[in-house]
Amino acid sequence: MPFERVLMRHVGVPNSTSLAVYKADDGYAGAARALKMTPDDLVEFVKKANLRGRGGAGFPAGVKWTFLPKDRTVTYLCVNADESEPPTFCNRVLIDSDPHMLLEGVLIAAYATRTTVAYIYMRGEFCAQFHILQRALDEAYAAGYFGRNILGSGYSLECYIHRGAGAYVCGEETGLIESLEGKRGWPRIKPPFPAIEGLFRKPTVVNNVETLACLPHILTRGVDWWLSIGTANSKGPKMYCISGPVNRPGCYEAPLGLSCRELIYGADFGGGMCDGKKVKAVFPGGLSMGALRGDMFPKPPDGKVDPRQDHDELDCILDFDDVRKYDLLGLGTAAAVVIPEDADLRDTLLNVTRFYSQESCGQCTQCREGTAWMQKIAERIRAGAGRPVDLDIIVEATRNMGMMPGLSICGLPDGAAWPIRTLIQKFRREFEQRIAAQAPGAAESLIRRTNAAAYELPVLHGRAVQPVGGTYATPVDVAPPP
Amino acid sequence: MSVEAQVKCTCGEEASEEELLARLDGVLKEYRDKPGALIPVLQIAQGIFGYLPEVALKKIALGLNKSYSEVAGVVSFYSFFSTKPRGKHLVRVCLGTACYVRGGKRVLDTLKHKLKIDVGETTEDRQFTLEVARCFGACGLAPAIMIDEEVHHRVKPNKMDLVLSKYRNGDAPVAKKRRT
Repeated sequence: MPFERVLMRHVGVPNSTSLAVYKADDGYAGAARALKMTPDDLVEFVKKANLRGRGGAGFPAGVKWTFLPKDRTVTYLCVNADESEPPTFCNRVLIDSDPHMLLEGVLIAAYATRTTVAYIYMRGEFCAQFHILQRALDEAYAAGYFGRNILGSGYSLECYIHRGAGAYVCGEETGLIESLEGKRGWPRIKPPFPAIEGLFRKPTVVNNVETLACLPHILTRGVDWWLSIGTANSKGPKMYCISGPVNRPGCYEAPLGLSCRELIYGADFGGGMCDGKKVKAVFPGGLSMGALRGDMFPKPPDGKVDPRQDHDELDCILDFDDVRKYDLLGLGTAAAVVIPEDADLRDTLLNVTRFYSQESCGQCTQCREGTAWMQKIAERIRAGAGRPVDLDIIVEATRNMGMMPGLSICGLPDGAAWPIRTLIQKFRREFEQRIAAQAPGAAESLIRRTNAAAYELPVLHGRAVQPVGGTYATPVDVAPPP
Repeated sequence: MSVEAQVKCTCGEEASEEELLARLDGVLKEYRDKPGALIPVLQIAQGIFGYLPEVALKKIALGLNKSYSEVAGVVSFYSFFSTKPRGKHLVRVCLGTACYVRGGKRVLDTLKHKLKIDVGETTEDRQFTLEVARCFGACGLAPAIMIDEEVHHRVKPNKMDLVLSKYRNGDAPVAKKRRT
């Protein structure tokens, strides 16, 4: 049975942003059904569907709602439309084509959590999308889906769209809350979690755009339909993004459980690589989730995955669970970017490190300093003055930065460490070859001349970094200090 | 919400500073008692002045009953706020990973060469300011640049003159068809 697109059903349909087109396709029927249930029944209903958050962590939305205190008086709903993870753009496509689907989801989630004020936090770069959503919201207000006494149920909801001002860390839920309050988007120390003390110190739910957009479909089509899509623990459709040098870059909807190879080579998805090139690396879930090896490396003969070997890893299933077998942080946003075989990974490393060092909010020392130092080392490697020991230093630094669980306030250092570490570890041979091909003595002379990064750093945290040359030896093998 | 209408009026050149500050006063009056008003007010102020001069920041701090350091701290945190005057058009080049892989660096180098400025600088005729942006979610159509509020997809370095001239002459930019 061919898969029926629901989240992207209106892509390419003329006038799809208007209320009339949306309503003609069962629009707001889910909300009408939800408003006839009690909020507690609705939460149970969504829990039964096991709707896992699409923002990256994959936490079940219904369970998140139950963390709200029972005796609350005011609740806020924040919609995370601060889609900042490179190279993700599914929320943009969704709002471009079907803003009312998001608004209906907002209404359902707000009713389930007994929220009276909802904020949609939209990233500042979304200019056209802001106007589209604002127009849709005005239309929905006029039609009585927002405001007082919605559809005669006695329930009232106000919704505001807030435009961000350009900061990656505002996509973190407490960073987003701080930013909404008009402060720097500095993530808060948890606990208290937002469900207890969030926006304006009141119980708050933060949900992703795509999570909310799934709600109307679960309500109109039922839990059984939802549970029939996807893999064992990852249910429902998902919007996959593919970018980089593939023939058909873009956003595609598929049941959860698409393999990375299918996403790149499938005729309905990426359509293969440009000019018949091979894949060197893929970041399959947004940058922060880490890298996979591409098909320019031979496949493992027995099909078994060994992260320490140079094996093709494109058979990774992009759902919430399988990705972890491949040393990835999680599914993330399921937005893949492909690095082709002829790319220089030193460029990629520099690009990744620079992004995180610019976007680190600066609260936690290891993230602020770690990302900046890694960028300096990556710059030096790119300039043809790397040392083999630099690779060990970077890996060591990523391990000290924020490997789970919780050395830092938010997940950004984990998200920074993961792609950098997997890039170095999985492609160490290439980095070593590039460094070996440098002019002899280039590194030492550049470091002496410019006092560039990491000359004094061969010893980190009292632990000796292993001497130059061991292929997969990392400083972690060294016994910790007493 | 009337925020957008106010953000859009960037007719900074004609009005004198007093007029602009008076306009800011009106905005502050409207937002004075609203929680979380600082960022919308700063966005509107940047729309009025084109950038955020110190005098405006001091006025905002007073008007919203916040310390100047808090206001300045917020301004320096977010990449959209600028305390330096900008050109008439803001050109942002995406150097996100997808754009980078597809030649974003070449686009940036071409722009630097054509405009004869470096990143963060403004052309002498105050027409263009060049900035590097983080990923703005147009990865499927990389490399992308954003001029003012318009995203240009699949830009080619050799077509750069054409794109820039549209803005330089003040013509309405041609609406781009978006593909997903």
